[in-house]
Amino acid sequence: MRDERAWAVLLLVLAAFVPVVAPMLDSPATVTLATRIAIYAIAASSLNLLLGGGGLVSFGHAAYYGLGGYVVGILYAHYVSGEAFLGIVPGTNDLLVTLPLAILVGGVGALVIGALSLRTSGVQFIMITLAFAQMLFFLFVSLKAYGGDDGLAIRRVAPVFGMNLRDPATLYWICLGLLATWLFLMDRVSRSRFGRVLAGIRQGERRMAAIGVRTYPYKLAAFVIAGMGAAMAGALMVNQARFVSPDMMHWTKSGELMVMVILGGLGTLVGPALGAAALVTLEYTLSGLTEHWQFILGPILVLVVLFARGGLMGAVRQIAGMRRAPEALPAGELPPGRVQPEDRAAPDMPLRPGAAPHG
Amino acid sequence: MTPGVALLLEQLLNGVQLGVTLFLLAAGLTLVFGIMGVINLAHGSLYMVGAYAAAVTATATGSPWLALLAGLAAAAATGMVVEFVVLRRLYARDHLDQVLATFGLILFFNEGTVLVFGRQPLFVNVPEGLRGAVRVLPGVDYPVYRLLIIAVGLLVALGLYLLIQRTRIGMLVRAGATHREMVRALGVDIRLLYTLVFGLGALLAGLAGLMAGPILSVQVGMGEQILILTFVVVVIGGIGSVRGALFGAVLVGVVDTLLRAYVPGLLRQVMAGSEADALGAGLASMGVYLLMALVLLAKPRGLFPAHA
Repeated sequence: MRDERAWAVLLLVLAAFVPVVAPMLDSPATVTLATRIAIYAIAASSLNLLLGGGGLVSFGHAAYYGLGGYVVGILYAHYVSGEAFLGIVPGTNDLLVTLPLAILVGGVGALVIGALSLRTSGVQFIMITLAFAQMLFFLFVSLKAYGGDDGLAIRRVAPVFGMNLRDPATLYWICLGLLATWLFLMDRVSRSRFGRVLAGIRQGERRMAAIGVRTYPYKLAAFVIAGMGAAMAGALMVNQARFVSPDMMHWTKSGELMVMVILGGLGTLVGPALGAAALVTLEYTLSGLTEHWQFILGPILVLVVLFARGGLMGAVRQIAGMRRAPEALPAGELPPGRVQPEDRAAPDMPLRPGAAPHG
Repeated sequence: MTPGVALLLEQLLNGVQLGVTLFLLAAGLTLVFGIMGVINLAHGSLYMVGAYAAAVTATATGSPWLALLAGLAAAAATGMVVEFVVLRRLYARDHLDQVLATFGLILFFNEGTVLVFGRQPLFVNVPEGLRGAVRVLPGVDYPVYRLLIIAVGLLVALGLYLLIQRTRIGMLVRAGATHREMVRALGVDIRLLYTLVFGLGALLAGLAGLMAGPILSVQVGMGEQILILTFVVVVIGGIGSVRGALFGAVLVGVVDTLLRAYVPGLLRQVMAGSEADALGAGLASMGVYLLMALVLLAKPRGLFPAHA
């Protein structure tokens, strides 16, 4: 198979059989784990649009993930209490309402934060996205009305088209279906004119500006789409875990999402999903072995960054001899974030700015 | 002097003391950013290493001097090893790789510390002779130890100023921050300079950690709490600028402390006590991030950009 889309379809079809196979193997917990993987895959894939698509290193992606989660949690709290949110919006426990609303709120949040953050670039961009995410984190920690530090529990969710969301397999298939839809959308985006412009921005923003493209609206649009995807994932995760807390917005969550993208393969279609599967499975396995699993995970991450460039998809490509999609460059092919704006005028010079001093 | 003014003065001093601690961390971080172009999330781990090494030595020997030495040595040594083993390979990589690798280092250091020392925080006593308070102004008593931290921080700032403005190494550091390619092209042993700068940054982080030990509890995760504030400082001050780091650190320290001291009280006048405290603490925590956003919107490269 030489096309990544074929891989995506094959993996999704195989994944659809997990709830059928799991009881045969006598491990019903697998379905829950697979659901979490599918949800994280959506979040990681949305972040990949920024990291791999536009070369925008956002270190605050958990903010939109958490916002989506809190939309579900807060509406549920108002559904229980019977009071309308801010006196206007009635509470609800219907996913058909909460999910679109979560996506909307995530998009609006990303629009506001993105519009401000994208005025900066490079290290400042990383830091300002982190700072905004921390701001939201502290805001939700301090909102005692919505549980503060302890978060909110969600007990009873309305059936969707007659399907009971408390059934793990049903919820899993819904999440998987949304993941498939999201991946299809990402594939369309990356092949569209919009996707090409983003790739151009990643490779050299000055060059894009020089050929007459206003880069800011493109970057902002990518930021908003990514925020909406993350919010959708957050809303699903709250339905799965039946719980929302500020931990969903903690900066380590942003770090984890980045790890998934890199682990799977930056700028690829299937990579972030593979990365999500790998990280969730790794955490699950290691935490079964020892309480101190992070002591092992940390060095693994360092080794992956240092030596396994291109991530899992890079390895798959090498084995399968897959043709590389023109816009999907593996990590390290270009040093986009590394190039200082003032150096971008001459991106073709053989000496990379700040290249390895040793040797 | 009225109690209100005395309280304000005390909180201002607390703010300067936090600012000075932030400066010690930010100075190292901003130099590493500015000269090597590396984002080191694990800088907070060096702060933690310094605090733990000093706390353990102080408990074992009872000597504050040995504790000081141990904290500095442990932080500097850890920093050099990290630079040599991991960061050196990341100089030519993009920021994303640097963030991820150093994120992995944080997990490693935090969980390693849990393995060795457990999750219980360690408590360190203020060294004898530095306990008690002095009267800084009529009606205002302030702990000696905190005054000492402020003094040490200001001395370090002065020392760094002299080092950077008046010595040959400082000249290279400034040149490296402005145009590192040119410094390399002129035949400077940049590898040595990198290791020196990184070691110095680690040393200062360790100093901040060991001095903070008796004030805060020494525990896993202390590094990350202050690291994110340090990032705010560095970005506000302007990446690569030590002067900006000092200015930004004191600004962030004072703003953060004053907000924490006064916002809950103000909110309590309009809402119930416990909710006001929680919301006030949250809003106060958000304050510095808001400040950073405002600064970046007005000056995207910080207040004192080194690359300007």
